[in-house]
Amino acid sequence: MKAKETKTKEIQSVPSKKGEIHPMENLLRMDRMPHIWCPSCGIGLAVTAFASALEKANIDPDKISIVSGIGCTGRVAGYVKLDSFHTTHGRPIAFGTGIRVANPKIKVVVFSGDGDLIAIGGNHFIHAARRNIDMLVVCVNNFIYAMTGGQVAPTTPLAAYATTSPYGCVEPPFNIPYIADSSGAVYVARWTTLHIRRLINSLAEALQKKGFSVVEVISPCGMYYSRINKLGDGLDMMKFYHDNVEIRHGEDTKNLDIGFQTKIICGKFVDRERPSYMERYNQWLSGVKGGSRDEG
Amino acid sequence: MKADPKGVLTGSHTLTGNHACAEGAFAAGCRFLGLYPIVPSLEISERFLERAPEVGATFIQMEDEVSVLAAVLGASWTGKKSMTVTSGPGLSLMMEHLGLGVMLETPCVIVDIQRAGPALGMPGRPAQGDMMQARWGSHGDYEIIALSPSSPQEMFDYTIKAFNLSERYRIPVALMSDAYVAHLKEEIVIPHAEEIEIEPRRYYKGAKDKYLPFKRDKDFVPRMVNIGDGYKFHVTGLTHDDRGYPVMNEECQEYNVHPLVWKVRNYVDEIIEVQEAETEDAEVIIISYGATSRAALKAMEQARKSGIKVGSLRLVTVWPFPEKRVAELAKKVKAFVVPEMNFGQVVLEVERCSYGNANVIFVPHGENGVENTDDLLSAIKQAGQADKVESVIIEFNKGV
Repeated sequence: MKAKETKTKEIQSVPSKKGEIHPMENLLRMDRMPHIWCPSCGIGLAVTAFASALEKANIDPDKISIVSGIGCTGRVAGYVKLDSFHTTHGRPIAFGTGIRVANPKIKVVVFSGDGDLIAIGGNHFIHAARRNIDMLVVCVNNFIYAMTGGQVAPTTPLAAYATTSPYGCVEPPFNIPYIADSSGAVYVARWTTLHIRRLINSLAEALQKKGFSVVEVISPCGMYYSRINKLGDGLDMMKFYHDNVEIRHGEDTKNLDIGFQTKIICGKFVDRERPSYMERYNQWLSGVKGGSRDEG
Repeated sequence: MKADPKGVLTGSHTLTGNHACAEGAFAAGCRFLGLYPIVPSLEISERFLERAPEVGATFIQMEDEVSVLAAVLGASWTGKKSMTVTSGPGLSLMMEHLGLGVMLETPCVIVDIQRAGPALGMPGRPAQGDMMQARWGSHGDYEIIALSPSSPQEMFDYTIKAFNLSERYRIPVALMSDAYVAHLKEEIVIPHAEEIEIEPRRYYKGAKDKYLPFKRDKDFVPRMVNIGDGYKFHVTGLTHDDRGYPVMNEECQEYNVHPLVWKVRNYVDEIIEVQEAETEDAEVIIISYGATSRAALKAMEQARKSGIKVGSLRLVTVWPFPEKRVAELAKKVKAFVVPEMNFGQVVLEVERCSYGNANVIFVPHGENGVENTDDLLSAIKQAGQADKVESVIIEFNKGV
């Protein structure tokens, strides 16, 4: 028996007005628009900031690969016009490590959420930081598992509600910059989706950095986190960020815990030099007689 | 295409199965190894790492077997032939990315040196208990190709074959060996590079903006490109269309997953390799694979001497299973005798493919059964004498 030949329907893209071009059309997959993110979601802003940062950092789009895991932010890879991979839950860092080690000419960006990178992928996160793999990790933190409908995440603040914490979250959350810092990341920053200009600058800076860089992006989730916790819509969350974010560059990452509706400290906390994995690898290789690696 | 001489250690060597496997990988053009230490497959990684600098290969030891196969898949998309080696518990952890490898149609080789299980079992002792896991272990529908070597020479040869099949069909291929063969030391002959046939990756060679990562060519297999070549492609583990974009409907599920199965099933005649001995006049046929084949061939000789017409069907390719050939033979023979180092896995396939035309006698055995053919011989005698025997299981009662 031969497989049946079936054709899938073409996805209808939103018709644009004549002559109207999206300013980021060269970096986004316009044939996939509209995207799946809800109104008030901040992931789109994070993607816009990333695309702007790519231009700002003057990165060759042919030599960069973006890897995502699962979840709302896991869908980012599918909307960015680069060599892009939508992989398994929690494993984009491991997948990206393979890419980077097999071909060090490729810059790897991992774009995923807090549940993906810090819960199921937590082990890969700390080990990639320890190895100092050349990689930019953009971790969008919306304090909840949103794709599955609002479950408690390792970042959900104490006492916040989620469908799996109906009486308020009883687990203390992770402080992502602190994990990144103590595991060995060379660049650690945190911004909210309100701080677009600073976020773009930070992402551009991190893209040019050698080694493991982490940028945490605090993002509103109007559909699940805000609704179940009665925090208002996206605009209310933006107002909250405006009133409650304190920028403290160089702050000790120990002090960056986020409580339920407490002050959020943003800024660039870590920017240091440490030999990257490939630097150490090549140094080791140069000491081996006849040592080489096939490029490309 | 011929092998790259840089990776071919031409000559006659005395090697363990594990070391022969590493040499096979180099000869096949493997230039990336993802590893996590586990007994009894570790020596493959150790040999690979020792020789990697002179061959020009890269490796990384990851934090667990889950990340290992993820890294191998990522590496494969950069154009490097990639593999990982593991054993039972590691294979269990790799099931997640075996599924991703199938869905992303990513060539790679997974070497599984089977050890006694379940759970921790006996780390250093052989078994064949992962055969069904390799076939069905990841969720959803898929086909897999699995080979089973029975000597160090075959560890070398079939590692190359595994890479070739993997590139030809864009599928992860499992080399299902066991601790017996892995630790067996025998003389192996590595030919000259120009005598080793290598299947090159099938690349897309059209316009950059026209590339569709899952558009099937005439041979049923989509063409690949490498990361960094400027195609800006997208692939996803979700059900997807030719563009690699997720499409959530039943029509696309059929369009996407059906070929994952049929790209193997349509080519079983090309993929499947079996080795037959004295099957023409046989009344009883021993169906075996891996280390167990060594006992099967010995038992066949012994039984022939005592006048029983016994043949042997050795499965080099266990998955896909040689259904047609087993069904044909079932009509001609009284019984199949199936020895396995487990409590009944591939024997189920033999029973299924016999369609009730032949009796199937299962002989479970441990490591001793590779050397000691007593159980096997008594099963053969039983099969040869009776006109009609119900399927029997010979009790496995060899004490420790």
